[in-house]
Amino acid sequence: MSSVWARIEPLLARVQKPARYIGCEDGAITPRHDEFGPAGPVAWLLAYPDTYEIGLPNQGLQILYEILNERDDAVAERTYAPWRDLDHLMRVNDVPLFSVESHRPAAEFDLLAFNLSAELVFTNLVNMIDLAGCPIHGADRAPGDPLVVIGGHAAFNPEPLADFVDAVVLGEGEEVVSEITEVVAAWKAEGRTDRETVLRHLSQVPGVYVPSMYEVRYDGPRIVAVEARYPDVPATVDKRTVADLGDWPYPKRPLAPLTEVVHDRLSVEVFRGCTRGCRFCQAGMITRPVRERPAEQVRTMVREGLRRTGYNEVSLTSLSTADFSDIEPVVHGILEDSASAPGSCGNTTINLPSLRVDAFTVGLADEVNNGRRSGLTFAPEAGSWRLRTVINKLITEDDLYGAVDSAFSQGWTRVKLYFLIGLPTETDADTLGIAELATRCAEIGRRHTGRASVTVSVGGFVPKPHTPFQWFGQNTAAELQRKIDLIRGATHKVKGVHVKWHDPEASVAEGIVSRGDRRLGRVIERVWRDGGTFQEWGEHFDLRRWTSALEAEGLSLEQYVYRHRTVDEVLPWAHLTAGLHQDFLWDDWQAALAESGVEDCRWTPCYDCGVCTGYGIEHVVASPVPPAGGSQGTGQDLERGGEVPVTLLARRTASEALGVGA
Amino acid sequence: MKIRVRSTKLGKVRFVGHRDMARIWDRTLRRLGIPVAFTQGFTPRPRIAFGLALPMGAESLAEYVDVEIDTHHVDGHDLDLDGLPVAWSELLPDGIDVTVVDVPDVPVESLQESVTSCTWELWSPEITGEDLAAAVALLDADELLVERERKRERRTDDIRPLLLDLRPDHTGHRLVAELATTGRALRPAELCTLAFPHVDPLDVRVLRTHQWTSHDDDRREVLPLPVSVAAPDREVGA
Ligand code: SF4
Repeated sequence: MSSVWARIEPLLARVQKPARYIGCEDGAITPRHDEFGPAGPVAWLLAYPDTYEIGLPNQGLQILYEILNERDDAVAERTYAPWRDLDHLMRVNDVPLFSVESHRPAAEFDLLAFNLSAELVFTNLVNMIDLAGCPIHGADRAPGDPLVVIGGHAAFNPEPLADFVDAVVLGEGEEVVSEITEVVAAWKAEGRTDRETVLRHLSQVPGVYVPSMYEVRYDGPRIVAVEARYPDVPATVDKRTVADLGDWPYPKRPLAPLTEVVHDRLSVEVFRGCTRGCRFCQAGMITRPVRERPAEQVRTMVREGLRRTGYNEVSLTSLSTADFSDIEPVVHGILEDSASAPGSCGNTTINLPSLRVDAFTVGLADEVNNGRRSGLTFAPEAGSWRLRTVINKLITEDDLYGAVDSAFSQGWTRVKLYFLIGLPTETDADTLGIAELATRCAEIGRRHTGRASVTVSVGGFVPKPHTPFQWFGQNTAAELQRKIDLIRGATHKVKGVHVKWHDPEASVAEGIVSRGDRRLGRVIERVWRDGGTFQEWGEHFDLRRWTSALEAEGLSLEQYVYRHRTVDEVLPWAHLTAGLHQDFLWDDWQAALAESGVEDCRWTPCYDCGVCTGYGIEHVVASPVPPAGGSQGTGQDLERGGEVPVTLLARRTASEALGVGA
Repeated sequence: MKIRVRSTKLGKVRFVGHRDMARIWDRTLRRLGIPVAFTQGFTPRPRIAFGLALPMGAESLAEYVDVEIDTHHVDGHDLDLDGLPVAWSELLPDGIDVTVVDVPDVPVESLQESVTSCTWELWSPEITGEDLAAAVALLDADELLVERERKRERRTDDIRPLLLDLRPDHTGHRLVAELATTGRALRPAELCTLAFPHVDPLDVRVLRTHQWTSHDDDRREVLPLPVSVAAPDREVGA
């Protein structure tokens, strides 16, 4: 049980940005050194398989870090992917992957638990397991090796990682990490004999999937069945969901790093889940239902968080923050608190990411930006109303133009518009619609300012598991490039419009693993052995690594990326569920093809997707009616469902506490 | 109201860069509830001024920051200056401790302009007693021509006038060097290359122990420590 700091230190003098390896953040929890080892508490190493700058702000990791460290029977430290310069020096000097708190070798922990928020980091995960000095394949690990666990959104189809991981957590981790701790503690107490025993026990924890307990049967390229190997192993693994976010006011001690990171500010999650029903959006589908944090708690967490960290900026996070019932009183409350805090001079900035596209939202953004006009971002996602009904992103042109007009009229000079290309049923008319919307927005801008600029950001659509579009065949890189060129051609003479795009080849690589099966493990391993780490970093990405690995394994892009799936096909994740009925997803896919939208079930009747009804949980919202402003997803002439399962927060009390009328 | 602060930078935090240090001071001031005055203009900036940048990886017993406090928001008399070093150190990361807080009674020159030399300690397991003696002998030269690069421009400079003093420390393991900071200052790493040509400068540990100002022949430490502290053998534990 020893720190390897003395061996790391000489290497840090030779790498870029060494501060990312020293830990020492405000809010970091100093581990109990004496308590490591076989008789000690369960030691978790929480890992983020990307750089420190990207990983440190991750809220999921920070939440579990605190919950585990609050337990008497657990300790948790953190680690991030070493950048390539340090990775190289560590290998040359035989220094293993280490934690940033006590700089202990990763292999001395009981669990190595990765948070996966995207698919392109999968090769980094393999690399970090290897750097830890642990066999990369679960099957080769000894009882003394750490248990490799994954969680996070990209773990909802863990099949491509089945060879490398011991267990997978589906859904929210707040409760399940404690249950896992107890299973591992019991295993340690019994002398940590064989891995099979602990894995078998883990497979019985709700929300935990142990890939090695399941057998996949194939018929040629097709999967015939995925079956549990033992009768006590569940046939289907369901996700975990916390019923009430108000019970989990974490992080209480937010981490403030010593070096600059991507979201260098306080974050407070205002609600979880989103039922706008955008059909391309995996995050919205897998996090249902909506659970709002009580307004009063949000205000307290912001006040305490700012006081603890010394930040003067806070992000109120969620999948669509303007939908938070009490957004206005909360914003006013935060501004009031910060004006009265000592030393602040009242200059706190509130950041509202994922804004809705409407004028109400712009008014809100105007209130909170503290005079800064850095640019506003909207995501209409598709270029025509027709295509927006297909994807169920029900924004009218009036919504968009109204939002853009109020943004420019209130002093913003830069507006950014996010679009997806390669969506189902997309025609060139839809694609060119993107150029038209942007052109019109720039015209609106010029009425207010000569400096008006509209940036169109275009990403290739990658169909994701557990969404209605999981059956759709992704566009080829060439097709995506052609569409990008169409947009560029239609806008290159337009004053004030700039087009940016995501590399279509990166979308293809993401597509390979997104809906992949276990056979992709060997492909991921080949890409990693070929030096393919940091694949989401353009300078280190090369699609040829992926295509030649596929070829070497006798697999094809056609099979994994481009082809449409059929209704009778066994999807690789068929035995894993986010609670959404397969029938619901298929019907919604058919409704998409019929250009028929659905409403937001938090305010309108339930259409029984299966989540609330199946799990006995409910929406937790402070308001039974849609928020002011905007027609997005509401007020349309759409099909109605049945009764809404919803719990209303005691809102009056919250608003009174905030001193603002509800 | 201006306060001048002396602090340390020891241990793991030696890998935190100059710009990141500025962010840490900024956040800590807010946590202390000390309102910092802002510059006027379109993008107001906090009026916090740092002294001479410490090279990445170096440690220090003598770092300085000047902070202009916004007296519209707080009365200078309400500040508990005596308690400030302890309160501040508690909020700063391990290895960064505030050792002196001073309220200059006359306007002082900026740190960047007034500091004329710094004292450094340099050491490495690869540096022997003989190496130290040879290094000290550099003082015997009349001229030391070194080719250096600054702002993409290569030039040959005589750095001998910048070597104000070289001697072994009391343990006989470290080189104590006082280097001028005026003009094209000599960096500790450049001294290493010259004094210990067989050692990779990246393997040499560097500690700044003092920053000096001099007027005529009167050389003073910017803010002396209240009690005399011997050159530390101390290293902050990993
Ligand atoms: S079960 Fe009904 S109310 Fe709950 S998320 Fe699904 S559709 Fe919405």
